[in-house]
Amino acid sequence: MSLRLLSAIGLGAFFGLWTLIALSGLVQPQFLPTPSAVAQEFFRLMREPFVGYTLQTHLASSLGRFAMGFGLAVAIGVPLGLAMGWFRTLDAIVTPLFDALRFVAPIAWVPFAALWFGTGIGGPVLVIFTGAFPPCVINAYRGAKFVEPRFIEAARMLGAGNVRMVTEVLLPASVPSIVAGLRISAGLGWQSLIGAELIVASSGIGYLMVKGQSNISTAIVMSGMIAIGIVGVAIDVALRALQARIERHRH
Amino acid sequence: MLVAWYVLSANQIISPTRFPAPREVWEALRQIAVTGYADARLHGHILHSVKLVLMGFAVAVATGVPLGLAMGWSRRTEALVNPAFLLIRPIPPLAWIPLAIVWLGLGDAAKVLVIWFAAFVPSVINSYAGVRAIEPHMLEAARMLGIGRWTLVREVLVPGAAPMIFTGLRLSLQACWTTLVAGELIGAAAGLGRVLSQGALDIFPAMILVGMVGVAFAGGVMTWALGWVELRAMPWRR
Repeated sequence: MSLRLLSAIGLGAFFGLWTLIALSGLVQPQFLPTPSAVAQEFFRLMREPFVGYTLQTHLASSLGRFAMGFGLAVAIGVPLGLAMGWFRTLDAIVTPLFDALRFVAPIAWVPFAALWFGTGIGGPVLVIFTGAFPPCVINAYRGAKFVEPRFIEAARMLGAGNVRMVTEVLLPASVPSIVAGLRISAGLGWQSLIGAELIVASSGIGYLMVKGQSNISTAIVMSGMIAIGIVGVAIDVALRALQARIERHRH
Repeated sequence: MLVAWYVLSANQIISPTRFPAPREVWEALRQIAVTGYADARLHGHILHSVKLVLMGFAVAVATGVPLGLAMGWSRRTEALVNPAFLLIRPIPPLAWIPLAIVWLGLGDAAKVLVIWFAAFVPSVINSYAGVRAIEPHMLEAARMLGIGRWTLVREVLVPGAAPMIFTGLRLSLQACWTTLVAGELIGAAAGLGRVLSQGALDIFPAMILVGMVGVAFAGGVMTWALGWVELRAMPWRR
């Protein structure tokens, strides 16, 4: 049997079983709608607003928060990581603190985030930031630490100061590591955003799912999951394209 | 840092309603450890959370690792399972929480289900990658020696894939822990997430901080324990 046929059978079995269970009447459609009902709900949510906005608007507000949190994490994390890779004292001061904080799951920041910045934009942005920040720092740090010593020696011979060393030697040399970190960081940030919106938010895709959950509408919840999956993949594809581009540029 | 924290909060530069002073944290810690907070004492919350994580994690490992090994070993299994798996994979574990709540309510069962989802994907992917990373001539050599199917699985596949499997388990464990805390924040009768959410409701920053330290501590201990198991399981890597 060809592999492609097997793949088709696998997918068919997945959706077939799902449809069968949904249609069998063993579970109420409220709890397990058929795949086609979920698809219909998905498109209905794109046309008709639910809890205030359409699906696209919810997604847009989630993406806005994501962009802010992720942007902040990159803007602070990458320079910090590079500087830690160069200045030993900074490394010695920040590393223990950073290691201790890293064990706190980003989601555990939600109560403080809400207390400090409210539940609108600030709170979720802080949660995304805490999710996306560590990979930025770690990868920039590693990139800077593993720069070939002869580059550093050459730059030093040419009389580069500390600042120029970081911006003109360490940064370009660490770009591949940093971009790899960005992908991890975006994935974690996007996840943390969903968590934050499930717990505290008044709009966004997580909020839509919570409302679907309290209306006991599995179709809405599943539509939200699909949208989250699609956007997550889109973000990763975009960053992977960036990564490929940088790789090509270097060779 | 600790000195700065003490000085800043003692002089009211940081408002106590925003971030607690060291003294308040100590008192909150004593309160939760001795008299209890949010219906249980600290060790009760920690044990409850850890128990749920270990349950979900165990189920995920028991289902995910064999599936990953099978997918890595047989192209047919891969072809059969992979498309459905690829559809589920991009959905982050936290996004399963509302679905689990709709299906199973706010109890422990929903949390175990979500933790299972969280740990399942990394377990499968890394076991699969682990089998694929075994050098083909190892497999050929084993086959030439004419060993049986089960011996092959036990003596070649599992040890060969073990480093990757453990990488997967570490990722799984972290995902489990994050997911559980999120699940408990959304609604739970006990657990560290409950401490956090109750602290947020009561606007009790010191207790929130205690909860966060608890989350970090229990997560750290579990990661460390897994590292210990990893060393024992793969003595040849020492």
